[in-house]
Amino acid sequence: METKPKTDVVAVDAARSLGVVQTREYTFSGPQALDSGESLGPVTIAYETYGHLNAERSNAVLILHALSGDAHAAGYLHGEKGPGWWDAMIGPGKAFDTDRYFVICSNVIGGCKGSTGPASINPKTGKPYGTEFPFITIADMVEAQRHLIDHLGIDRLLCVAGGSMGGMQALQWVASYPERVRAAIPIATALKHSPQQIAFNEVIRQSIMADPAWRGGDYYETGQPEKGLAVARMIGHITFMSEQSMEEKFSRKLKKGHLSFNFDADFEVEGYLRYRGANFVKRFDANSYLYITKALDYFDLSGGKLIPPGGIDTCFLVISFQSDWLYPSYQSQEIVRLLKRRHVDATYCELKATYGHDAFLVEVEGQGLLIRHFLERTYRGERNGNGKPR
Amino acid sequence: MVEAGSRVLDLGCGTGDLIHLLMREKNAWVQGIELDEQAIYECVKKGLPVCQSDIESGLAEYPDRSFDVVILNQSLQEVRKAFFLLREALRVGSRVVVGFPNFAHLSARISLFLGGRAPMTPSLPYHWYDTPNVRFLSISDFKNFCRDKGFVVERARFLNGGKEIRFWPNLRALGAIFLLSGGKSVESGQVQEATHG
Repeated sequence: METKPKTDVVAVDAARSLGVVQTREYTFSGPQALDSGESLGPVTIAYETYGHLNAERSNAVLILHALSGDAHAAGYLHGEKGPGWWDAMIGPGKAFDTDRYFVICSNVIGGCKGSTGPASINPKTGKPYGTEFPFITIADMVEAQRHLIDHLGIDRLLCVAGGSMGGMQALQWVASYPERVRAAIPIATALKHSPQQIAFNEVIRQSIMADPAWRGGDYYETGQPEKGLAVARMIGHITFMSEQSMEEKFSRKLKKGHLSFNFDADFEVEGYLRYRGANFVKRFDANSYLYITKALDYFDLSGGKLIPPGGIDTCFLVISFQSDWLYPSYQSQEIVRLLKRRHVDATYCELKATYGHDAFLVEVEGQGLLIRHFLERTYRGERNGNGKPR
Repeated sequence: MVEAGSRVLDLGCGTGDLIHLLMREKNAWVQGIELDEQAIYECVKKGLPVCQSDIESGLAEYPDRSFDVVILNQSLQEVRKAFFLLREALRVGSRVVVGFPNFAHLSARISLFLGGRAPMTPSLPYHWYDTPNVRFLSISDFKNFCRDKGFVVERARFLNGGKEIRFWPNLRALGAIFLLSGGKSVESGQVQEATHG
């Protein structure tokens, strides 16, 4: 979320907010073996934690971020005006209640917000990796998080939760370490990308790589391919909104009240996309965008890959949004069908929010209610049928 | 009708009161299916697992005999493909509990025959224009239906509020609860979708 609350709003919010938080780093030497056959090491993971781990170490919730997200999920970083990307959901008394739960959020590997990624220094060359960075998958991201969770001394997570790519990581956690996850909340996500989703990502990648400033990924001394990355992000923002939310937000409103008869941004929607694109290049590395979109496209837990033959004890809360056409509800329903087939304790709801894919970031009421009560039930240890699913 | 420790699927579970009771009192492993978003919120508040789905689209994802009991409490009469759904319920569950309002209750008959009005009774509280019901059946209808389709009626209870009705139930009972098992009619795996039947 890139909302910029006024100073007085921040002060009011601070009562129910985490206040000032810190991003930390954890480094393990690795090397971590990757799905591609290559390896990565040393690996640094940027992360934040909120609330306190209880004596039984049973109240840890791992929040997983989406494509351009970071470890800063809630509260305020020193000197920054805007809160973390899921601040509406995480904090004292909020859905992920930091008075009760120990909430962790880490930046994915391959990213550019403190964790090891293409912009990090390659120890072999002393220069940024660029396209020397190995290809990573969602499973590799989860494996790096597993090192962090071990480091924090947590055997079993109360919950893994996230939207979009965060939802994929939540699913991957269950596939990789079912015995370490009591509950999973995949939101607005899929078991695998459809050709349409891959197609959007390919156009996004091509727009970055078509910018001469990309220089085959070797641009860290010459500057980002800003034009290509901005267009890539503009494409993204179109897919994040619904037709209705665009109509409500912009309609055909003109920026200057009249047509310019040149190629300036006449319509507000054009201005919005340009603004979003221009802002994005200041905060995100183009190579990270390439690597992470590839990881999204490679992800595939369809077939029997989500749930091992012996079944799982993990409970699921699956959420989708009616207006989300990037990750349509049918993809969440595929997850639910799989869970039903395998007798997994499952809750699913399609929320009527109109924001499109962005809903997982901004819709608080329905999501908040579902998550709050689902988490409470899991935390209380209320076992369906005394924990005898089969 | 539900034994302790059973695996229970409630089709059209509403706000989840029944499966909540079964979970607490009978230690049942429960799963609810419900279409209404607000009702789902109420289930989740009670700590129940519930999936949003239209039960009319079937239960294809559930393997045969996934549940000990499948419940259709006050939802059969709201479904167009009633026969299809019952056969699906009997495929995925060993037994099926069906509860429905009796359209042939005395007050309904009086209202129709003497008043000339579409019946409104305590178990059929809707106007003709706002009723969710699309199938109007009596206890006798359902008995005949089970006999024709080869469903085995293991038990039946006829109720007037909290009171059990033993004599002339088709005339005197506002509602009925049947416990069915499939017999030989549904053992051949997944059924074909019947046309609105």
